[in-house]
Amino acid sequence: MSKPLPNASGHFRRSHADEFRLIETGFSRTMLALFIIALVSFPFLFSSFYVDLAAQVFLASIGALSLMLLTGIAGQISLGHAGLIAAGAFTAGILFKEFALPFWVTIPAAALVGAGIGVLFGLPSLRLRGLYLAVSTLALHFIVVFLGGEYETRRGFSTGILIDPPVVFGYEVYSTRAWYFTLAVAAAVTLWICINLMRSRSGRAWKSIHANETVAEAIGIGVTRYKLLAFVVSSSMTAVAGALFAYYRGFVSIEAFSLYLTIQYVAMIIIGGMGSLLGALLGAVFVTLFPYIIEALVSVLPGADRLAGSVFAFNYAAFGIVMILFLVFEPQGLVGIWRRIRDYFVLWPFRFKAMGGRK
Amino acid sequence: MQFAVNILVLASIYALIASGYVLIYRVSRVLNLAHGELMMFGAYLLVTTAAGLSSSPVVAILLALAMSLMVGGLVYLFLMRRMTGEMALAAVLTTVALGILLRGLILMFWSASPQHPRDTLGWENPVLMLPGDARISLFAALLVASTILVYAGLFAFLRFSRWGMRMRAAGQNPLLAAQRGINLHAVFALAWALSTFTGAIAGMLIALDSGLDSTMVMIGLKAFPAALVGGLDSLLGALIGALIIAAAEVGVIKYVDPLLADVIPFAVLVVMLVIRPWGLFGTREELDRV
Repeated sequence: MSKPLPNASGHFRRSHADEFRLIETGFSRTMLALFIIALVSFPFLFSSFYVDLAAQVFLASIGALSLMLLTGIAGQISLGHAGLIAAGAFTAGILFKEFALPFWVTIPAAALVGAGIGVLFGLPSLRLRGLYLAVSTLALHFIVVFLGGEYETRRGFSTGILIDPPVVFGYEVYSTRAWYFTLAVAAAVTLWICINLMRSRSGRAWKSIHANETVAEAIGIGVTRYKLLAFVVSSSMTAVAGALFAYYRGFVSIEAFSLYLTIQYVAMIIIGGMGSLLGALLGAVFVTLFPYIIEALVSVLPGADRLAGSVFAFNYAAFGIVMILFLVFEPQGLVGIWRRIRDYFVLWPFRFKAMGGRK
Repeated sequence: MQFAVNILVLASIYALIASGYVLIYRVSRVLNLAHGELMMFGAYLLVTTAAGLSSSPVVAILLALAMSLMVGGLVYLFLMRRMTGEMALAAVLTTVALGILLRGLILMFWSASPQHPRDTLGWENPVLMLPGDARISLFAALLVASTILVYAGLFAFLRFSRWGMRMRAAGQNPLLAAQRGINLHAVFALAWALSTFTGAIAGMLIALDSGLDSTMVMIGLKAFPAALVGGLDSLLGALIGALIIAAAEVGVIKYVDPLLADVIPFAVLVVMLVIRPWGLFGTREELDRV
């Protein structure tokens, strides 16, 4: 079965068409509508600081979703995510700066470059597994970042490349609010692609490769092909996220794509919960908001002005601790917590699932 | 001649650091990506003890070394012990998280400005002349010497001592080792302590030679290709791998482009992963274990 059973008790799929529905129950339809209304009204209710934060969350969730597809679903560990984001951002930056190409060309071009680099990142995966694969992607990260830095110095953009705001449907995307909606749509499209990939042939192939490569090969899945496909799809989505990042910031500089960025994305999928798209979204929210929460907490503490200089260091340390806590105590991540809470209500008044029920 | 000396110094830096990666990997199959941070932590411990005990430098260094030995053991005891038997990825990511935590702590306690423990201790760093008109600073020479010492010590320890034999046994087959009554947790903790100890020696000597700031992590990361090129489970391999990486790096800096210095170890690593992923001296079965 391609989909897990519905979450609501008392709902059954009666026809073949029911199996294909994205939104199954009236309740989830209502919730989705409410959620969309909340998202649309958000920028009109809150100050631009919060709207900007939300836009950052959308941007992060594109990257997190694509990494989740690769690592959480297909089981191919990548530590080169920042390199791919950099590749997308630099593609957009270079095409804009050197050839003055519009938004509609640079974004697909970034996707293409991402797909190409995805093949490159994926090739070692045909021979290597686990740790060794992670190491090879880490090495490729340094190579991509070096090439970006080399371009900057050779062309004399050592401080970075400036990019004008994009023009979409004759409308210049410049204000925070416009970016909020653009990135929200981009994130929604990415999520939609991911959901549909997950319930299609390739998604099932990826999951089986993750579970056991030998068995997957034995039941007739082209492991080589699907591994490369996972890298290509994930990398091109990541590169698009990178290109959007470049436009959003209006500025590309190689310093932004350090190893720490990779670690942040990896943290998103761990903290969110491996193997779940919802987890990627939750992780993106958590990791993006985390530094602001820490800053707010530190400013509340007594003697805040004394600590002001070390907020950055404090952030680092707290981030490390949170990551460790999740890895050690809640390997299922935020999504595990969410599932426990949901199951409690779905099963109420019973405490345990029936045998052989939903996993 | 100067060229050869440069390679030798860089190779001993990498070899000294790489021994830490190899020790932990060989014994417990965990890739420690926090090694660079642990080594930097050791160096910063020296900054503190040097400030406190500037009158007796040797005591300061010994105290810092003892503390880093303890830090390694504690890291295993409180953190990595919980990750034994978990997925390889989870353990690696835990070390990544540990690295971030350590970086934050270092920034909090010692600030980001460069430190010079050698000045605090009141030592000079004279330039020694070698035959063939090559120069080497005193502490770089000490670094080469201590790399030789550490490797000789590690070889002897693993070959002849009781605990060394236990470590090798645990690395070869943890289940059988445990059934023969070897305390795996103690062995793993010892591996972490030793690895942090050798890393801290490297960190301290680099700090004494040329000062200390947060860029030291990069040196730690660049030593990792050395460990892998030689074979992650082979100490001899780490030595050879360090020589190869150092030769490539120094050669590229001299003949091609100094900007390539930070990327060439990883380029060598990629080439090695494509040709012979288990490294020059590693065992081939390693690939299937992870």
